[in-house]
Amino acid sequence: MMRFLLLFSRQGKLRLQKWFTPMSEREKKKIIRDMTTMVLARQPRSCNFLHWKDLKVIYKRYASLYFCLAIENQENELIALEVIHRYVELLDKYFGNVCELDIIFNFEKAYFILDEFLIGGEIQETSKQMVNRSIEASDMLQEDDISEWYEVELFG
Amino acid sequence: MPAPIRLRELIRTIRTARTQAEEREMIQKECAAIRSSFREEDNTYRCRNVAKLLYMHMLGYPAHFGQLECLKLIASQKFTDKRIGYLGAMLLLDERQDVHLLMTNCIKNDLNHSTQYVQGLALCTLGCMGSSEMCRDLAGEVEKLLKTSNSYLRKKAALCAVHVIRKVPELMEMFLPATKNLLSEKNHGVLHTSVVLLTEMCERSPDMLAHFRKLVPQLVRILKNLIMSGYSPEHDVSGISDPFLQVRILRLLRILGKSDDDSSEAMNDILAQVATNTETSKNVGNAILYETVLTIMDIKSESGLRVLAINILGRFLLNNDKNIRYVALTSLLKTVQTDHNAVQRHRSTIVDCLKDLDVSIKRRAMELSFALVNGNNIRGMMKELLYFLDSCDPEFKADCASGVFLAAEKYAPSKRWHIDTIMRVLTTAGSYVRDDSVPNLIQLITNSVEMHAYTVQRLYKALLDDISQQPLVQVASWCIGEYGDLLVSGQCEEEEPIQVTEDEVLDVLEGLLVSNLSAAVTRGYSLTAIMKLSTRFSGVNRIKKVVSIYGSSIDVELQQRAVEYNALFKKYDHMRPALLERMPIMEKSASNGPTEIVQTNGETEPSVVDSKHPPPVSQPANQANDLLDLLGGNDVVPVIQTTVPTKPASAGGELLDLLGDLSLSGVPTPAPSVATSQPSFLLDGLSSQPLFNDIAAAAIPPMTAYNKNGLKIDFTFERANPNPNVAVITIHASNSTEADMTDFVFQAAVPKTFQLQLLSPSSNVVPALNQGTVTQVIRVLNPQKQQLRMRIKLTYTLKGSPVQDLAEVNNFPPQSWQ
Repeated sequence: MMRFLLLFSRQGKLRLQKWFTPMSEREKKKIIRDMTTMVLARQPRSCNFLHWKDLKVIYKRYASLYFCLAIENQENELIALEVIHRYVELLDKYFGNVCELDIIFNFEKAYFILDEFLIGGEIQETSKQMVNRSIEASDMLQEDDISEWYEVELFG
Repeated sequence: MPAPIRLRELIRTIRTARTQAEEREMIQKECAAIRSSFREEDNTYRCRNVAKLLYMHMLGYPAHFGQLECLKLIASQKFTDKRIGYLGAMLLLDERQDVHLLMTNCIKNDLNHSTQYVQGLALCTLGCMGSSEMCRDLAGEVEKLLKTSNSYLRKKAALCAVHVIRKVPELMEMFLPATKNLLSEKNHGVLHTSVVLLTEMCERSPDMLAHFRKLVPQLVRILKNLIMSGYSPEHDVSGISDPFLQVRILRLLRILGKSDDDSSEAMNDILAQVATNTETSKNVGNAILYETVLTIMDIKSESGLRVLAINILGRFLLNNDKNIRYVALTSLLKTVQTDHNAVQRHRSTIVDCLKDLDVSIKRRAMELSFALVNGNNIRGMMKELLYFLDSCDPEFKADCASGVFLAAEKYAPSKRWHIDTIMRVLTTAGSYVRDDSVPNLIQLITNSVEMHAYTVQRLYKALLDDISQQPLVQVASWCIGEYGDLLVSGQCEEEEPIQVTEDEVLDVLEGLLVSNLSAAVTRGYSLTAIMKLSTRFSGVNRIKKVVSIYGSSIDVELQQRAVEYNALFKKYDHMRPALLERMPIMEKSASNGPTEIVQTNGETEPSVVDSKHPPPVSQPANQANDLLDLLGGNDVVPVIQTTVPTKPASAGGELLDLLGDLSLSGVPTPAPSVATSQPSFLLDGLSSQPLFNDIAAAAIPPMTAYNKNGLKIDFTFERANPNPNVAVITIHASNSTEADMTDFVFQAAVPKTFQLQLLSPSSNVVPALNQGTVTQVIRVLNPQKQQLRMRIKLTYTLKGSPVQDLAEVNNFPPQSWQ
């Protein structure tokens, strides 16, 4: 299974954190620190795999964002790269040419999309279209909520 | 009260902060506003406030006061509220929090909600972070949803079930009925999650594994359809149909086919098909091939398929993509044991990877290279590895040096080559060599009698060039002290002898004493060396002078030595020649094999040096593992091949300790007994192990442990002094057949309450017709005084054919363990 997924900028600012095992706040902060240090220190043309404790860490940079996925030792690193890529494609389809700012200002949407793609550290849906449709449908349900409330804009 | 600011407004504001302090101020202000809003129980803006809180939490600020608010949002009827509420729960409410359990009821209700997206939220949350109690409470609901025809919910329920099983393995049984027709689904999401669920169940329970073996044909069919079907826009990735599902199926097949001939045979064809037909131009195809290779290697595949797999890895090694090369090296490391010859074919490519720019690849290539070294390729491989040692990063040098020493020790084609290789390592990576290599090397040099002159000459020349690398300097000083007479006499057969006078030699040694570059240990070595030369050189006055000067050295260690040596000159001069005479050949337990039983397979980094034992080498080879595998290892403890604990050279190394360290029990070559008796005051406090334990515990009778096919193994017993719980058993192997038994290896295993130590054998050839015996010492620690039992494994080659046998030894005389 996947253990955690982190997104952070080139300056090490966290943009998304998804944890698939329970951990204390302190542990999470330490892991974030370790990951950002390790990944940002990598040479530009190194391979995308690192070893950290008993896990394999797969990282890939997309524009100004680093995607950092930790998997257990028996998992397939190459397909993990594809998992990261698939998530980026989903974000891209949703936001239209996604960039870091989209994820900063709409972080909750990034989480919702992730939650339609992965659950409990495993892939739940392998079809891009299905994930997109689910998100669109959920968004529409939100609209239904809002239609009862004229004055209040919940998310600007 | 004005409406709380909107989320994106807040984000924009916070981003304008120019300093950390400014940001903190903004955050605190907003938190205060949010807190008061929470206190007022404002339903309208709760969602907005929690969203803002989650943003601030991501920036690293505390958000625990929002936990209960998340619960309220989850309980709300509005979908927007629930969405944010569940997100907040997943971020703030993991099972360590007290209020975590309060979610249970809400989740239960939402699992039965009329809107599937609400049900989905609940399933997702439960599946990501449900605690064990929550899982127990809600497993029934999950199981119900696992049987629904709604594929959107079914796939989520399957992963939720996986999480439940991970948290509460006992609940696995209840999901069994629901798995019945999971694989008949057409929906890929459900298929994928079902395969994950089946995998989880099979990994956790051998019964489940046996039960699900019957699914192999169905899995093979699904995989075949994926490969053969035409373009499917919904699942296509670079021309491959649903690679994620393919990989998961391959993995499940691996688990089902392992150790099962029928299943392995059933999947043979499809594996061959995937291996040959998958497009390799992109990462995704290679990911599938990688998984296929792993599967082929793990199941009982036929040899043709295995060769195919290794060749795929060989092709991976030539791939431009670093990731692929890395993955290939890792996999080859795993297979080098079982398919050694096949991997050997790719040796040159692997050695090329030593020159790769990527650090991870270099390390893997180095480990794999050492695993591939054998008697045939030692010269070529060593050339490459030494070149690597010259140019690699410091982080590799220690491991590489150790690896070189070990490989050289095992496969050196000649003594001269061996010494030259050691010299090369010492001169190029001398400061990175591990501390305990020094005594090992000294022992090696001592035993290469005909090379003494050559060795000391080369070491002397190396010292003239560079005295900064301590291990080199230590070995060199020791050798000069020992063989200085050969050095000045100018006899050297291997190369042009150099002309050097006694004074020049003493100059060099004294230079070491005063140099800033010398460590304290090194100084100790060189003072002792100077002292030893007093019996080898003609002029002692200079030496006497040096020794007396250091009698007042600030360094306590040096002072003590100098004082004692002074005493030697003055009061005990008649003993000096005997004391300082040439060292005999030193015996040493085998060091070819890691001291830990952990099967590293080169995966983990070679562990840190343990100051008591020689460092475990990254070589995966381990005899003890074979024994474990063979015996199932449930109640037996594997043999631990260690050397007798040696103190590292850096911990003082007085003359006495040096003697003690190097006089180890166990006989690798038929050697004469060790040095004759020495005056007691120098030997006090020496290692407490007598060299040959002739404390005859005559009370314990010998026994025959094994007698079959002409091989007879007798055990004789001694009681180790001073520990009465240790029984020292010497095995005597004799061969009554007409031909010699070569490559004889004796291995033993004992039950868990015992500890076993096997020292190295006298030889590995048992001569024919009882012309001689092979002896080996076993030490057994039996603190609980339980009945001694042993399983032994014998391997040898007789008339060209390998023979292997296992036996239990139960006829130990009671005195041996009481």
